[in-house]
Amino acid sequence: MSHDHSLNPETMPNEPEKATEEGKNKFLGFWFFLGGETVLFACLFGTYIALRNSTAGGPTANELFGLELVFMMTILLLTSSLTSVYAMYHMKNNDFKKMQLWLGITAILGFTFLGLEIYEFTHYIVDYEFTFRSSAFGSAFYTLVGFHGGHVTFGLAWLIAIMIRNAKRGLNLYNAPKFYTWSLYWHFIDVIWVFIFTVVYLMGKVG
Amino acid sequence: MKGWTGKLRAFALLGFVALVLSACGKENLTALDPKGYGADQSLYLIILTTIIMLFVLAVVMIVYTIVLIRYRKKKGQEDYIPKQVEGNRTLETVWTVIPIILLLIIAVPTVTATFDLADESAASDSLNIDVTGNQYWWHFNYDGQEVQTSQDLYIPVGERVYLNMMSSDVIHSFWVPTIAGKMDVNPENENTMYIEAHEEGVYWGKCAEFCGPSHSLMDFKVIAVSPEEFDQWLNDMQNADPEPEPENAVAQEGQSLFEENNCMSCHAIGSSSASIGPNLTNYGNRSTLAGVEDLNKENLVDWIMDPEALKPGNKMTGQYPEVSENEAGKIAEYLLQLDETDITPESAGNE
Amino acid sequence: MSTVASQKRGFGAVLWDYLTTVDHKKIAHLYLFGGGFFFLLGGLEAMIIRIQLAVPENDFVSAGFYNELLTMHGTTMIFLAAMPLLFALMNAVVPLQIGARDVAFPFLNSLGFWLFLFGGLILNLSWFLEGAPDAGWTAYAPLSVTSPGHGVDFYVIGLQIAGAGTLIAGINFLVTIINMRAPGMTYMRMPLFTWTTFVTSVLILFAFPALTIGLFLLMFDRMFGSAFFDVGLGGNSIIWQHLFWIFGHPEVYILILPAFGIFSEIFATFSRKRLFGYTAMVFATILIAFFGFMVWAHHMFTVGLGPVANSIFAIATMAIAVPTGIKIFNWLATMWGGRITINTSMLWALGFIPSFTIGGMTGVMVAAVVADYQYHDTYFVVAHFHYVIVGGVVFGILAGLHYWWPKMFGRVLHEGMGKLTFWTFFIGFHLTFFIQHFLGLMGMPRRYWVFLENQGLDTGNMISTIGAFFMAFGVVVMLINVVYTALKGEKAADDPWDGRTLEWTMASPPAEYNFKQAPLVRGLDPLWIEKTEGKGQLTPAEPLGDIHMPNASFLPFLMSLGLFIAGFGFIYQVDYDWAYILLFAGMAMTLGCMLIRSLKDDHGYHIPKDELEREAD
Repeated sequence: MSHDHSLNPETMPNEPEKATEEGKNKFLGFWFFLGGETVLFACLFGTYIALRNSTAGGPTANELFGLELVFMMTILLLTSSLTSVYAMYHMKNNDFKKMQLWLGITAILGFTFLGLEIYEFTHYIVDYEFTFRSSAFGSAFYTLVGFHGGHVTFGLAWLIAIMIRNAKRGLNLYNAPKFYTWSLYWHFIDVIWVFIFTVVYLMGKVG
Repeated sequence: MKGWTGKLRAFALLGFVALVLSACGKENLTALDPKGYGADQSLYLIILTTIIMLFVLAVVMIVYTIVLIRYRKKKGQEDYIPKQVEGNRTLETVWTVIPIILLLIIAVPTVTATFDLADESAASDSLNIDVTGNQYWWHFNYDGQEVQTSQDLYIPVGERVYLNMMSSDVIHSFWVPTIAGKMDVNPENENTMYIEAHEEGVYWGKCAEFCGPSHSLMDFKVIAVSPEEFDQWLNDMQNADPEPEPENAVAQEGQSLFEENNCMSCHAIGSSSASIGPNLTNYGNRSTLAGVEDLNKENLVDWIMDPEALKPGNKMTGQYPEVSENEAGKIAEYLLQLDETDITPESAGNE
Repeated sequence: MSTVASQKRGFGAVLWDYLTTVDHKKIAHLYLFGGGFFFLLGGLEAMIIRIQLAVPENDFVSAGFYNELLTMHGTTMIFLAAMPLLFALMNAVVPLQIGARDVAFPFLNSLGFWLFLFGGLILNLSWFLEGAPDAGWTAYAPLSVTSPGHGVDFYVIGLQIAGAGTLIAGINFLVTIINMRAPGMTYMRMPLFTWTTFVTSVLILFAFPALTIGLFLLMFDRMFGSAFFDVGLGGNSIIWQHLFWIFGHPEVYILILPAFGIFSEIFATFSRKRLFGYTAMVFATILIAFFGFMVWAHHMFTVGLGPVANSIFAIATMAIAVPTGIKIFNWLATMWGGRITINTSMLWALGFIPSFTIGGMTGVMVAAVVADYQYHDTYFVVAHFHYVIVGGVVFGILAGLHYWWPKMFGRVLHEGMGKLTFWTFFIGFHLTFFIQHFLGLMGMPRRYWVFLENQGLDTGNMISTIGAFFMAFGVVVMLINVVYTALKGEKAADDPWDGRTLEWTMASPPAEYNFKQAPLVRGLDPLWIEKTEGKGQLTPAEPLGDIHMPNASFLPFLMSLGLFIAGFGFIYQVDYDWAYILLFAGMAMTLGCMLIRSLKDDHGYHIPKDELEREAD
């Protein structure tokens, strides 16, 4: 068929993710989607800031948070953002195997982050009896951080799905935008985490 | 500045109010015939903005009429092609700048009045009343006076009274249109506003924030009496007997029934601060029953037997054993003779 | 050609076509009928409200039922009627106006519609399942949190699903307008309706997430025991008001801006004149949208935010009057010196000018904080927003429908019935709402189930109710008109109104691919330019070639159905464990469909060049 999208070094465009009209649309549309997500998280941050001292006699942010664990989580997620950049670098060089490899590493880092977050939540619930229902602070904390965790989970599921789907057939102009939009999503999640680290954990310890 | 606004106010009051007075609603309920400081401020701004906006509307309508008369398609114009005009900078500047000027004329007094009505500097030297909004009634606690009352708020005329308002359940809004604009009554933070009535009178108050099935029945009154009468009222209320001696045998029975049927666990008589239900110290003097009906024995019996029929969703229904009509009559007899003070809505002159 | 073909097909085939379609023109039909249905429902609720308020202390309906009616009337009209009807026009017209073959994301376009429809169904099914939401369309906490039964749960879930659909539609239009314009169609040559659609989509994108979060918090409080609005555990109910109005105020502009766009098209066409001050109109639109995000707290003047916040929000609010005024005067100047044809469409536009000006005037009046202490939550405000929403948005939708009906359906709506609808609706509208300004100032708060006797409110309310019946009559005539037109209506020419923009260059209704060849746009009002230069049609910008088309898909329907099922799971898991089955099955269905969509290649198909050539003959 004349509309074959598969790539070889000769047909490889500079930016495979934006080489087709569908790709261009997807790229732009996804940026807009992230704009909406920004407002979504901004509202959650606003709510959290308004309620972060409303502990109703329960544990406070300062009592709960341990920065060591959160710092480790931050490093993991930041690194995963870097590894996803490597993956995109290899995509632009049409090196599918290396792209998959770096995406795999990204996924592992993501899963480790998620594991630590689950451990963190369990720790609060079991050791401090600090739950979603304890106080307005509890509700706001679990909702904000949980929304982020949900995004990480969804991002990992999405990554695994497109990695497996395209494992055999390699890169083409049809799936390049899919990998690229995924990487945008992953960076976004990472940026949100930086704000969570600052607003929730650092301010919780200091403020 | 002062003189300019004063003149405008005088003009506005004379011209406009006189014009609409005939059709501006019921006295002591309408916002168009103010008898209090806040309502004066509001009406002044209402009139100012109305005049400016009517001017804008007039300009629009004049151009609109001319356009429709002059440029409507006429016979023989089927093929006429008008000149395609891109725009006109002068014109467009004019209709940008003039509205800005008009808005500034509105904005300055708006901001001034906003800060004026939020002024709490005199609060500590004034009478302070804690207002509590409940589904679907109002409670008033006179700060530092050991006086509690519900539904009828007595205030001295010509004095600033500060209201510190909070809700015990959902959001309500305190509104006495003839005296002042409204202020929300929130469950989490106290809002303060002041009211000042210029004339004695019984003013209608309404809940203005949607609060449930009986939102439209959450009326109350503000009763402005002379300062002397107010002092007497305070004094009478302070000295009210929490266990008043009933005047006759029926009322006596009513009192026993009132106690037996658990009424006391919600309704206080005297200055007790318990306020699960309305305080009944001067119940016999109330201007209305449950805020909306004429206060008489017949209505009161109906209310005691089935509050739900009058106020759907109220918190009294089902909180006490069923009473017979006879028993309800006796309780009503008892309640109606709870008039510990001579200061009543009639003392306020009208109504 | 396509209409002939569809007449031959059976009902099942047509149904399947609409269930799976990704064609923006068919999705426009779906939005129109979906939105129209909910509009009638909301109107019915309004009529019951007005009958209840015809006389003092009426007991036509109970207090609880009345509160359900007023909540559902507001929610339905805003989310399920006005917005979808505008989306119908946007879908039908915007791709044509910019010279595109379809929207950027045809699949998402379909998904957006089905999410809206299933969200609206959930909301309305509450009538049959333990009662509708009763906390007002604003659903202020704590009333909405403590409201017994499941009514408010239906509100939360229904709006969450419908809101997701709206967000998707917004992103779709943004990308469509940025990426899919025909050669030569620069931003400053886009028709005003396209411009307002663009700006509205930006508003949707940044406003709806605030509602999403507000609804999540309310949902968590009601269904999962969190404490956002629970004062006892440190919660704060004012947060809901902020989130709601950060969404809610831009929502007003989401509704009115497209209507402004519609009027701009109609005034220019029927005055036979180029839109006066096009550049100013575009910037006024952008300015209104920009200010729209900075004025939400003017809905909260009486909340107790303090004089500083109140003053800032008051001045920002007044500032919006300036660009709005610019628009009104530009429309008048467009007509000035023109040759005005008055038909039904133009009548609605002409009726809009005085009605909306009054709505705008009272808008400035309610912005004056201390005056608003009296207006707030009274019938004055009810009158104000009905002047804006009915006098602006509904008039706009009806004007737009009469204007574009020929393009959407290939038939012209009946003029006589159209004019009858206009006059009865217009008179009824002013009769209903003008008097309400005074009712408010005379002491009638909004959302009152009854008003008392002897409070001077009787006459005004009676007049208002009579007006409502006039409006209802107008709507019924409109309905008859639609049916009549579908059966016997006059066939529409390609360009029935002597149009100026690209949608009038093609057949009525257009072929499924819209443009055989992308048109070359040489300026604002491209068709008008070609007409004045004697050509009468657009020059193609490309040679005739194969046309790439997207495949139809049933997945959007299934995804939305999944959320619909899961919605019931969320609502009933509070009471019954079996509801978890619905919850997980529904979510699995939606996520499964998303996975299929992601993993299954969908390259679309091509209409070959020779087939296109054959059609030309």
